[in-house]
Formats: sequence, C-alpha cells, structure tokens
Amino acid sequence: MAGQSSAGHETYYVPEKSSLAINATIGLITIVYGASSVINDATYRPGEETNSSFILFAGLAYMAATLWVWFGTAIRENRQGMNSAQLKHSYVIGMQWFIFSEVMFFAAFFGALFYIRNLSGPWLAGEGAGAMNSLLWPGFEYSWPLMDTPQDAIGGVQAQAAAGHLANNGEFTGPGKHLSFPGFANMSHWLPLYNTIILLTSSFTCHIAHIGIKENNRKKFNLWLAITVALGVIFLYLQYMEYHEALFEYGIKLNSGVYGTTFFMLTGFHGFHVAMGTFMLLVQLVRSKAKGHFSASDQFGFEASSWYWHFVDVVWVFLFLFVYIL
Amino acid sequence: MGAHGPAKGLTRWLTTTNHKDIGSMYLWFSFAMFLLGGSFAMIIRAELFQPGLQIVQPEFFNQMTTMHGLVMVFGAIMPAFVGLANWMIPLMIGAPDMALPRMNNWSFWILPPTFLLLASTLFMEGGGPNFGWTFYAPLSTTYAPPSVTFFIFAVHAMGISSIMGSINIIATIVNMRAPGMTYMKMPMFVWTWLITAFLLVAVMPVLAGAVTMMLMDIHFGTSFFNAAGGGDPVLFQHVFWFFGHPEVYIIILPAFGVVSEVIPTFSRKPLFGYDSMVYATASIAFLSFIVWAHHMYTVGLPIAGELFFMYATMLIAVPTAAKVFNWITTMFKGSITLETPMLFAIAKVFLFTVGGFSGLMLAIAPADFQYHDSYFVVAHFHYTMVAGAIFALSSAVYYWLPKWTGKMYNETMGKAHFWISFLGFNLTFFPQHFVGLAGMPRRIPDYNLMFADFNMMSSIGAFIYGTSQLLFLFNIVRTITHGKPVNSDKVWDGATTLEWTVPSPAPYHTFSTPPEVK
Amino acid sequence: MYQQAKRLSKLALCPVLMLLSLLSTGAWATEGAPQRWQLNMTPGVTEVGAKIYDLHMFVFWVCVVVGILVFGVMFYSVFAYRKERHQEPATFHENTRVEIAWTIVPFLLLLVMAVPATKTLIEIYDTDDADLDVLVTGYQWKWKYEYINPNGDNVSFFSNLLTDKAEIANSEAKGSNYLIEVDEPLVLPVDKKVRFLVTANDVLHAWWVPALAVKRDAVPGFINEAWTKATETGVYRGQCAELCGRDHGFMPIVVNVVEEAEYQEWMAGKQAEAAELKALMSKEFTMDELVARGKTVYNRSCAACHGPAGEGGVGPAIAGSAIATGPTKGHLDVVVNGVPGSAMQAFGGQLNEVDLAAVVTYQRNGFGNNMGDMLQPIDIYKFKKGQ
Ligand code: HEA
Ligand code: HEA
Ligand code: HEC
Ligand code: CUA
Ligand SMILES: [Cu+2]
Repeated sequence: MAGQSSAGHETYYVPEKSSLAINATIGLITIVYGASSVINDATYRPGEETNSSFILFAGLAYMAATLWVWFGTAIRENRQGMNSAQLKHSYVIGMQWFIFSEVMFFAAFFGALFYIRNLSGPWLAGEGAGAMNSLLWPGFEYSWPLMDTPQDAIGGVQAQAAAGHLANNGEFTGPGKHLSFPGFANMSHWLPLYNTIILLTSSFTCHIAHIGIKENNRKKFNLWLAITVALGVIFLYLQYMEYHEALFEYGIKLNSGVYGTTFFMLTGFHGFHVAMGTFMLLVQLVRSKAKGHFSASDQFGFEASSWYWHFVDVVWVFLFLFVYIL
Repeated sequence: MGAHGPAKGLTRWLTTTNHKDIGSMYLWFSFAMFLLGGSFAMIIRAELFQPGLQIVQPEFFNQMTTMHGLVMVFGAIMPAFVGLANWMIPLMIGAPDMALPRMNNWSFWILPPTFLLLASTLFMEGGGPNFGWTFYAPLSTTYAPPSVTFFIFAVHAMGISSIMGSINIIATIVNMRAPGMTYMKMPMFVWTWLITAFLLVAVMPVLAGAVTMMLMDIHFGTSFFNAAGGGDPVLFQHVFWFFGHPEVYIIILPAFGVVSEVIPTFSRKPLFGYDSMVYATASIAFLSFIVWAHHMYTVGLPIAGELFFMYATMLIAVPTAAKVFNWITTMFKGSITLETPMLFAIAKVFLFTVGGFSGLMLAIAPADFQYHDSYFVVAHFHYTMVAGAIFALSSAVYYWLPKWTGKMYNETMGKAHFWISFLGFNLTFFPQHFVGLAGMPRRIPDYNLMFADFNMMSSIGAFIYGTSQLLFLFNIVRTITHGKPVNSDKVWDGATTLEWTVPSPAPYHTFSTPPEVK
Repeated sequence: MYQQAKRLSKLALCPVLMLLSLLSTGAWATEGAPQRWQLNMTPGVTEVGAKIYDLHMFVFWVCVVVGILVFGVMFYSVFAYRKERHQEPATFHENTRVEIAWTIVPFLLLLVMAVPATKTLIEIYDTDDADLDVLVTGYQWKWKYEYINPNGDNVSFFSNLLTDKAEIANSEAKGSNYLIEVDEPLVLPVDKKVRFLVTANDVLHAWWVPALAVKRDAVPGFINEAWTKATETGVYRGQCAELCGRDHGFMPIVVNVVEEAEYQEWMAGKQAEAAELKALMSKEFTMDELVARGKTVYNRSCAACHGPAGEGGVGPAIAGSAIATGPTKGHLDVVVNGVPGSAMQAFGGQLNEVDLAAVVTYQRNGFGNNMGDMLQPIDIYKFKKGQ
C-alpha cells in the first residue's frame, strides 16, 4: 500500500473502512449521558438508588477499550510501514493543533482569573467602575487571595437574604488560610515550590530521553523516560497532599468564593492533564520496554506525548506565577 | 487502493472513511437540523402572528427560541459547511481524501446522537434549555431546569466533534495539497476554510470552558458567576462572547468562500483581488478576537472598554468591504449568466451587505443602547446568517450538486425556489428592523398592539420562506432520482477549479495519484 | 376578525410605507410614545436621546449612500454584462491602486462616524451631579424602585404588570396599553437629572425606556449607573430587555414624568403612606383581615409559581404542603429567606411586615390548610430581628 506510485509521489494510506469511529461514538455518548445523569442525580435526588453510575462506567470502559484498539491499530499500521512520510506529517499536525486547543481551554480559565482579580473583584468592593457596589456589599474589601467573600462581609447568607435586593443563590464562606507564597522564612514547607522544581526537572529528563532515542540509545531512553514518569507521579502525590491540606486544614473548598473556585479549577484541570501526560508517557515506556517500539528515525508516539508534557509544564509555570505567587 | 466501490447498506455509512460519504452525511444531517430548527422558528412566528398567547405558553416559547438558535447555529449551518469542506477541499486541492479519515468519521457520528440528546431535553422534567442560545448566567445556572446538565455535556460533545473536524481540515490543507498547489493558488473556498478551522480550534475550547464553569457553579458550589462569592455574572458573557463573536465569522467565512467560487464561474472572469481576499479574510479572523464585548455594550463596561470595542468592531467593516467590492468587480465586465447558484450568490452579497450595514449601526455603542436586545438585532443577524450563510449554502448545493450526483437539477424549480425565498426572506426580516427600532424587545412571546402589523407580515413571510425550503428539498431528491445526467465533467463553462476536472459524478476515489498543478 | 381584516389590508400598503420611511424618517417618531406602524427609533424626550437619534440617522444615511453606490454598480454589472450582451469577459483580476482606495475610503467614513459616537458615549457615561438617585432593582418579573433620600427614609415600591390575564388569553379585548401598563409607575420630576442605580435580585434584567434613552442591564450583585433628564412631561413606557425567564415579556416599565410641584406632592403622599404602614405594624389584625389581605398579596406575588389555588406549578403545592402546615418558624424561614439555589426568592426584603404576616397566615389557612393560627406584623419583625 505504501511506497511510490508511478507518478513518483507517495500514495497516502486511506483506510478502506473502519468501525472504530462508530464504537468511539457509542462510548462517548454513553459517557455524556451517564455523566449528566450521575451529576443530576447527586444534585436533585441525593441518596436515591439509580443506575446512572453504571451507565457512566460502562461508557468509560467502552471508550477505553475503543481507544485501546484505535491506538493499537494506528501503531500497527505504522509498524507495518503503511504510513507514508506525508501521513506521518498529518499526525504531527493533528497533535500540534490538539495541543493548541488545550492551550485555549486553559486560556478561558486564566482569562476568568485575570478578570476576577483585576476587574470584577475590585469593582465589587466599590473601586473604579463599580463605585456604587458598596451599597450592596457594605464593608466588603477586596484583596487577593480573597479570604472574605462579599457574602461574609455583610454577615453571611442569612443577612444577604434579609437585605432583600441581593441575589439569593448559595452559601460562600471564605477560606481560613490561603496557599500563596508564605514568605521566604516558610518556603521550605511550601509544596508548590517543590512541584515547580519537579515539573521543570521532568521536562529536562523528558528531553534527555528524546535525545537518547534519537541517538538510538534505548537504554538511555528507557531510563530517562522512567525518571520522567516517576517525577510525574511524585508531582501528583504532592498535589494530593496539597489538596488534602487545603481542604481539611486551610478550609479552602470549591465553595469558598472565587479564591477556592479558581484555585481548584485551575490546579485541578492542570492536575488532570498531568495525570493524562504521565499515563501517556508510561504507555510509551511500556511500548519501548516490552515491545521495542521506536527508533532513531521514528518515535512519533513518544514525541507527541513529550510535546504534551512540555505543554503541561508551561501551564504549570503560569499557574505558579498567577495562582501562587502574584 | 484501486477502484473499490463503497460497501453496501447501512454499514457503508457507519464505517466509511471516505470524504465524499462523510461529506454527504454532514450535508443531509444539517439539512435535517435546518428543518428541525426551522420548525421551531415556525412555532415562534406562529405565536407572534398576533398579540396575545395563542399556541404556546411563555415557558415553552423560551425553549423554542433557545433551541431554534442552538439547532440552527450548531446543527444546521456549521455541519453544512463542514460537509462542503469534506466534499470539496480534497477535490479542490487534488488530495485523495481527508488527512485523518477515521477521525473524520468520528467527528461526524458524534453529531446525530448529541443532537438527539439535546432535542430530548425538551421532554425532560422541567423542560429543555430556556435561557436563549447565549445562555447567560445566572438564568442558565442557578435558575436553570435540571436538563441544563445534559445541555452542558452535549455542548462538550459538539465541541469535540468540531475541534476534531477542524484539525482534520487544517491537516488536509496544510499537508495534502497536490504538487504545485501553493497556498496562494488555493481556491478561495479552501482559504476561507483554513482560516475558519483555525478560528474553530481557537474558540471551541473556550466555549467548553464556559459550560464547564456553569457546570461547576450549578452542581459543585463554585462562584464564577456569583457576586456573593466574589464572582461576576458578566464574566460568563465575556467568556461566551470570546467564543461567540468568532463563531459568527465561523458561520460567514465559508459562505464568503462559496460566493468567491460561484461568482467568478458565472461571470466567466477570474476572481478580482485574490490576494487581498486572502488578507481580508485573515484580518477579519484576527479582528474577530478583539471585538467580543460589542454584544455587551449595556452591561456596564467602563468607558475605556466600551470605546475600544466600538472602534475595533467598526474596523471589521474595512476588510469586509474589500471583499464585497472584490465580488462586485469580479462581475464588472464579466459575461454573466444567472443560473440558480449565481442568483443565490448575488442575493447573498446584496442581503449580507444589508446585514453588514445594520451590524455597523449596532457597532456604534451609544446607538446600540437603543438597539440592543430589540428586534433590530434579530433582523441584523438573520440578514447575516440566513441571507449570508443559508443563501450561500443553497448556492453551493445547486453549484456542486451536478458534480456530486452527475445529474442536473431542475433549473425552473431552482429559480422558483430562489425567488420565493428572496421574497419570503425579506418579508420576514425587513419589518423586524422597524419593530425593533420602535421598541420591541426580542425573546418575548407576546407584545403590544402597536407591533402587531409588522409582526403579522413577518410571520407570513416566514411561512413563505419556510415552505420554499420544501421545494428545495424536493428539487434535490428529484435530481438524485430523476435528474438528467450531465454530459460534461465541467458542467459550468466558466468553472476553473480542480473539482471540475474529475468525472461527474465524482468517482468514489479521486486523485489517488495527485494531479500536477501549474 | 374585523380587526384582522383591517390589519391585512394595511399590509398591502407596506411597500409604500417603507419607501416613505426612507424619505421622511423622523416624521414618524416625534412623539415619545411608540405608534402603530412606527418605523424608526424615537428621539425621545432627552437631549442624549436626540443625539443618539441623530447619530443613528447619520450612520443610516451613510449606509444608504454607500449601499446605493455599491448595489448600483452591482446591479449595473448584472444587467450590462449579461452574456447575451457581453460575450467576451474582460480578464483583469487585480488593481492595487483601486484596492488601496477602497480600503482607505471606508476607513475614513468610519473615522467620521467615530467622532460623534465617542462624544455621545462620553455624555452617556457622565452620571455626575444628579438631582435625584433611584435604585432600580429587577425581580422575576417586576421592578422595584427605591428613591434614595439623603436625609430621611427611602421611599420604595414594586411595579407590577397590570394587564389582565384574560386579555393575554384573548378572552377579553386588549387595551391600547396592553402589556405596557403597571400598577404603580415610576414618577420623576421633569428637567431634573435623575441617576438610576440599576441592579437585580435574581437573574439579569435590563431597564429600557426608549423615550428616555436609557437601557442598562440589571446584574445581580452589581450596580450599574445610568441617567436621564426628561425635558417634557408625559408617560413613557418600556420593557425589560434581557431574557429573564418565563415572564420576561410581561415585565413592563412605566415612567410618569411630571412637573416638579406635582412630583413633590406625590412624594409627600408616598412618605405619608410609609408612615401609615408603620402604624399598621403595631396594629392587631383579625384573622379575616389577614386572610383578605393575604389573598391579595398571594395572588400578586406568589400565585405565578404556586398556582392561584395553591396547587403548585414552578414551585411546590401549598395546599397540604408539609412546610405550610408545619411549624410557623419553618414556614416563615422559607418565605422570608427564600430557598437559596431555587426559584423561591427571599420575600423578606420584597414584602413589608404586614403583607408577610398576611400572606403566611393566608397560606396556613387557605387551600384547605386549616391550621387556625395567625401571625401579626410584630411577629415578623421579631422573626427578622431574631436571626
Ligand atoms: C454570520 C453572522 C454575523 C456576521 C457576519 C455579523 C457581522 C457583524 N456584526 Fe453581528 N451579530 C450576529 C451575527 C453576525 N454578525 C449575531 C448572531 C448577533 C446576535 C447574537 C445574539 O445576541 O443572539 C449579532 C449581534 C451583533 C452586535 C450586538 C448587538 C446587540 O446585541 O446589541 C453587534 C454590535 O456591534 C454586531 C456587529 C456586527 C458588525 C459590525 C459586523 C460586521 O462584520 C459587518 C461588516 C460588513 C459590512 C459593513 C458591509 C459591507 C461593507 C461595505 C459594503 C462597505 C463599507 C461600508 C461602510 C464603511 C458604511 N453584531
Ligand atoms: C443560522 C441560524 C439561523 C437561521 C437559519 C434562522 C432562521 C430563521 N429564524 Fe432565527 N434565530 C437564530 C438563528 C437562525 N435563525 C438565532 C441564533 C436566534 C436567537 C435565539 C435566541 O434569542 O437565543 C434566532 C431567533 C429568531 C427569532 C427571535 C425569537 C425571539 O427573540 O424570541 C425569530 C423570530 O421571528 C426567528 C425566526 C427565524 C425564521 C422565520 C427563520 C427561517 O429562515 C427558517 C426557515 C426554515 C424552515 C421553516 C424549515 C423548513 C421547512 C419546513 C420544516 C416545513 C414546514 C414549514 C411550514 C409549516 C411553513 N429566529
Ligand atoms: C418564582 C417562583 C416563586 C414565587 C414567585 C414564589 N415561590 Fe414559593 N417556592 C418556589 C419554589 C421553586 C419552591 C421550592 C423550593 C425548594 O424547596 O427547592 C418554593 C417553596 C415555597 C414554600 C415551601 C413549600 C414546600 O412544601 O416545600 C413556601 C411556603 C413558599 N414557597 C411560599 C411562597 C410565598 C408566600 C410566596 C409569595 C410571597 C412564594 N412562595 C412565591 C417558587 C416560588
Ligand atoms: Cu426581566 Cu426580562
Ligand atoms: Cu459579534
């Protein structure tokens, strides 16, 4: 199938037909339906027995199985030499633009953070364009991290309701403590710093692994890749510790106002991406160790995962700056 | 590969990786959604035929407005253009297929079940989404019906489909052009799609972010859009419109592309100002990222922001003007014939420009204080979206149908479809300018008697326009079953692009060996 | 039927009217109140409104002129260069000079528009030195107006749709102010700069009165500023302009602009009313009085969600409700504080103590909930204080 056509141009491999997509659709739509049901049941019918979590897990399992086969097929095709250089380039472009879409997803949340911190937060406290807002939230002062929500400032949800002209939706009690830079004296207990060092290092080790495989040095590749994966796992463990601390010692929760909101959403999505990236790299490690995949000239599976990893790393740098330091 | 035909039966469609099959599925799906969204519009227009509540209750009316907007934008127009992209881009750039064929199939198949789920929310407890297609918080969060959770995940699924589809289009255009097909030789339609796909990849994730924030606010106690916790309902609007404004250019740019193919063909004269067309499209795309708050002039932005967004919005008229002038100059001193595709293309240029003019008026912030959320806005965006996009789609279907099927549509019926549409469309939406200026807000099921006359006109026009779409459907089906075979590959004597060099109907596999482009 | 026939016959006139509109814009909209067949924006009764109107017309005419030129060339090409007449198409396909020209000319046109637009916008944003502040709060689906009095008590009241349900259901003839009439209009003095502080209690609304050239979104938790200075007395009508849920279309605004003296008189009356209410606070009501008053309050404020017979709707049924037949404290808590995260608002700030006592008593004794207990305004007062 591959190779040169009479015109001297490589032919492009177009699979005849494939049931992968339709199976992936079944998986995806089951997940969508299941996840919506699980969440709705938890909110509107707490405690009731339903089968929605079964649907969700069935969907997840189906999807995982489909993806397993899908990636397996793509790998097999490549190893059988069906992929022309041109087709390989399509995969490269695909991965790059996928990462770009992820960048934009994070941009939405960073945008929200900047907007709250620089514009709407101060406005709520009666600064700038929001001069009159102090009529609604007398006593509210803005600072970041936001330790007292506007609701706290006027005396809690009951007072808010009694004040009459205020929206009556939900209880938001500010956190007890925050996770921002604690000063140089206490820096040695500050987990985000450790995490920054770990993640930055892992980008390096990942790059060394890449050099390894390009030099056809599989040992070097496997070693440094394993180190990268280990660093990813350590990062996740530390983040788990941090969350534990935040929730149970600092009183930072999703409903602790916008500080808790933005903290958990940004670091949470990032953590999820680290988990994905770690898993992707682990798969590449297994492929290399167990199956001897990748060569000096062709390591796309690894390369794609490493781009992803570098992307996750860059996001962390921004997080570290804007969530923890500034 | 060789000359394998398609598989037989349903599995052909479920398992296909062929860009033509997938293109056809997209086109049929979007047509079905157009009929569904159109039916919702008919309910809206029937209720607004007279003052008073006759047919539906306000709660249901709001669901109709919401679903009409959502289904038309996400179900009808976007998939229709993706369908055209699937069919035409490989043919226009001399590629054997799309770059990532299996993923292509997945992008399509996500849509039908997703829209089924979305439509089914209408039957859920508490009713379907009732907060407008712009789903502003907190009406869409704290005050939303439970079905909003399904809506949120459906939007996620749609986003996945769109992003994969766009990545595929980008990869195809960047990677699979035939030798000699440099960027500046690509047909204009391909250019507009390259830029559209970029916009999609850039903004669909932001929409995903917006609905994710909603989900968290509704179910997990976050306070993105809640002042009591330190958030801001207006934040939702910023995130939404950062997606939403580029979205309207996602809708219109491929339509510009279609017109840029059709007009030269029927003027028998090359497209005027090709280079400036490319730059204009790119400028529109760039500007579309910095104008979003023109939808929010009345939310209380600081004046500096207001001025910035006003100036940036006005600027968009410049590259758009260049495009309009280029089309007209292409016709100037041409040798014009007025087959149905050309009629639709000319009407599109004409009516879109009218919509552009009202857009420019809306862009003037102080004046928008009077226009905003009135029927003037409704008139504006139907001129841009129905006349701008749906007319371009009709044009495209008539233009390429002979290539797709190898058969000629019925020209008389096509012309009838055009003239009835043209009349019905203007009768529906022109009076809406007047009621809007006179003070009729949008999204209301009932109104004062002083708006009655124009609303009745508008409803009559809508029924005429809607019915004419049945003629369109009939003509297409009739062409497929009974059409006269076309006797030439080229079909239109003024056509110049690559797709006209392959046989009609286009064989299942084309350009297995890339053509040489000089 | 006859009305409809008349309307249809008018439809035939439309094309003529549209042409007329192009020639005589403005003639249609000199008055503050919208008219049938009105084709254009109203300049309204404020200076800013007139400026907006001029701006609108200026941009409109620029578009018309550009449109005539552009469409003129287009239709000329379509007619003059038809294949029958023009067999040999020209082959030119670019001309840098022309292309630059038609980039610069629109740009200059835009500059010309931007100048007056900027000026008007700056004026709209100048809310300083107001003679009077009114806090406007959007509720689902009514407006609350609160006159902020720098010395003394604020005067506040709700403004509800007045149109009869029967008119909406088409079982009664519709009046000329169908859907744009309220039980209590906002009253403003003429020739005074009035600043509106616009906010919302639940979802987004937008306060829009075309003749006063004000449209501002009401955002829960934030206060937006806007202002107007009406130069003519009269009644000006508008509607909520931001989708706010079911009855978004039934949330009108009526502003009554009156002479200063009349305004003062009205204000004095309002203040007296408030004093009277204060007196009522200490009065002992009988069960019948409470139930009668409660029924009125219920039908106005609660029936939309709980049904006229307490049978439920958006909200749960009141008839036989565990809360309405449970301890008064729990019942009061729901009504005064609302249920956060649901459509049930906190009525503690919306209704006065007398009305609260009445409506709760009514709910506990109406719809077959024969609890037999009653609440006095003072109980409500104590309940609120006790929190
Ligand atoms: C296909 C979709 C599409 C397109 C292409 C456009 C194009 C434009 N739109 Fe529109 N718009 C919508 C779809 C679209 N819009 C939708 C859906 C909404 C409402 C959403 C909602 O709230 O639900 C909306 C709302 C909307 C608003 C908000 C109104 C409000 O809610 O208050 C504004 C305000 O600035 C605006 C402006 C513009 C402008 C300046 C353009 C410009 O791109 C137009 C440029 C074109 C021209 C100007 C014509 C050609 C030029 C010439 C022939 C020559 C030069 C002319 C002069 C210099 C006079 N649009
Ligand atoms: C691309 C998008 C698109 C398209 C094509 C249309 C097409 C139409 N739309 Fe629009 N519309 C929107 C996008 C679109 N719309 C959006 C985004 C909104 C805003 C929503 C919101 O406020 O949130 C809106 C809102 C909107 C409103 C305002 C509602 C409100 O504010 O409450 C109205 C009212 O007249 C309307 C009418 C129509 C009509 C008559 C058509 C017609 O062109 C439709 C014609 C098609 C058919 C009719 C289908 C084919 C025929 C049949 C199925 C046969 C049956 C026919 C008969 C019985 C006659 N639309
Ligand atoms: C906009 C809709 C709406 C209006 C108006 C409204 N309610 Fe409610 N009400 C609700 C909803 C929704 C609930 C259910 C809240 C929950 O428990 O989630 C509710 C619950 C209640 C309950 C508790 C009933 C039960 O058995 O759970 C009482 C009592 C009540 N409302 C009284 C009133 C009174 C008195 C008024 C008017 C002064 C009023 N409501 C107006 C929507 C409304
Ligand atoms: Cu209040 Cu719409
Ligand atoms: Cu826009």
